[in-house]
Amino acid sequence: MARRWVLRVVSLAAGLLLWQVLTASGVRLWLRFDQLPTAVEVAERFARQLTRAEFYGDLGSSLARIGLGFLLAAVVGTALGVVVARSRVLGDLVQPLLEVVRPIPAIALVPIAILLFPTDEQGIVFITFVAAFFPILVSTRHAVRALPTTWEDALRTMGGSRRQVLVRVVLPGALPGVFGGLSVGMGVAWICVISAEMISGRYGVGYRTWQAYTVVDYPGVVVGMVTIGLLGRVTAGVVELLGRRATRWLPGEARS
Amino acid sequence: MSVRIEGLTAGYGRSAVLRGLDLVVAEGELLVVVGPSGCGKSTLLRVVAGLLPGTAGRVLVDGVPVRGTSRDRALVFQDDGLLPWRDALRNVELPLALRGVPRAERRVRARGWLDRVGLAGFERHLPRELSGGMRQRVQLARTLAQEPRLVLMDEPFGALDARTRSAMQELVMAVLRETGTTTIFVTHDVDEAVRLGDRVVVLGAGEVDVRREAILAAVMG
Ligand SMILES: Nc1ncnc2c1ncn2[C@@H]1O[C@H](COP(=O)(O)OP(=O)(O)OP(=O)(O)O)[C@@H](O)[C@H]1O
Ligand SMILES: [Mg+2]
Repeated sequence: MARRWVLRVVSLAAGLLLWQVLTASGVRLWLRFDQLPTAVEVAERFARQLTRAEFYGDLGSSLARIGLGFLLAAVVGTALGVVVARSRVLGDLVQPLLEVVRPIPAIALVPIAILLFPTDEQGIVFITFVAAFFPILVSTRHAVRALPTTWEDALRTMGGSRRQVLVRVVLPGALPGVFGGLSVGMGVAWICVISAEMISGRYGVGYRTWQAYTVVDYPGVVVGMVTIGLLGRVTAGVVELLGRRATRWLPGEARS
Repeated sequence: MSVRIEGLTAGYGRSAVLRGLDLVVAEGELLVVVGPSGCGKSTLLRVVAGLLPGTAGRVLVDGVPVRGTSRDRALVFQDDGLLPWRDALRNVELPLALRGVPRAERRVRARGWLDRVGLAGFERHLPRELSGGMRQRVQLARTLAQEPRLVLMDEPFGALDARTRSAMQELVMAVLRETGTTTIFVTHDVDEAVRLGDRVVVLGAGEVDVRREAILAAVMG
């Protein structure tokens, strides 16, 4: 156990060291490392950022946007996924519309979002919502369709109503698949919220990162990148944790 | 409940599994259905339960045609029908929860049934933490907790060892007799058919005497 940790730390340290050496000595081997800030510069910059209110303001804006967009997508995506999978009529009604919009990457909707919504803020939330919505919808639909019929049959022969089947069998049974969709959705939502912020935001981590680039503040760019990575990691962890709690009954979850 | 099946044809898609089947079960009677694998025993139970509509003929329960499922007609599944995210106790509680029995009361009743099938102490185990035979017993407990008037059993003792099997047979039969519950019981086991059945029907060959030789002769064709 201890040895594995040593290996992991060594790997990280080696990566940082390589970065520092390549940038500090200005290596130029087709790739132009002399253009990039050194690891030490970035670390100093990060430490400074942590003392500034602006940094936390940006964190707050980005998190609020992704939180709202993702939450809406989770609710609407799951509900619609269940409906489309369970009702032939509603499926035929809604599915073609969704299939037309689905291949369009959410980020390509930025111009539309700017035109459609009164404020940029709402537009960004909308983009985030669309991005997370489709993976959630598709996973939910698959999960509901793949449910073993025995569970539903059991509930019906106990006198369960349609609503009871939905609440007691379909939703809990589809939960593992739904959480798969939520994980993917969270990843895509980050890509889109950052891109949207770079294009049309006034605050937020994505906006700040692009801003740093335009004023030739390269350590600031890298600090932004690292911050985005950390935020993505934390939110993915939260989704994963909730998913594990909700699906403890799965065969593979015995020890966790 | 009494069951009357007249000229029933049923199957999946285009192919009929049952063709023109006639069958009568009187109130409080235990009818055993035997027959080779794939002959349509489970299909028959699904039709009577109301899960699968027949394509021709009639199924009357207490004189009324079956349309859809009902809590009066319980089905004990061949491959266990437990919900994997509910522990044993909450699986047994399920039929009571569905009809709004208050939590405290259904807990007590479900515990009682788990006790009687010999699973006291396993209330908090998930289905995947139980053996196949234990899961079958949870399902039996759940069925008894449901208090149906007609029970459809699809090889309910298949996964049990000889000793547990006869204990379960005794328990289930005692409860069914005591409550006057009508039963259709599907099995592969000829000895079980002879021991439990008031009457025995061999699917495809019709009713036979409740004797080992008679059943074997009909099954072998
Ligand atoms: N869901 C289904 N879809 C299509 N065909 C089915 C389905 N279920 C069963 N069948 C077919 O119907 C026939 C009868 O199946 P059934 O399950 O009723 O047999 P059984 O008598 O219960 O067999 P066993 O003793 O092995 O349980 C089989 O030929 C099977 O292939
Ligand atoms: Mg069968």
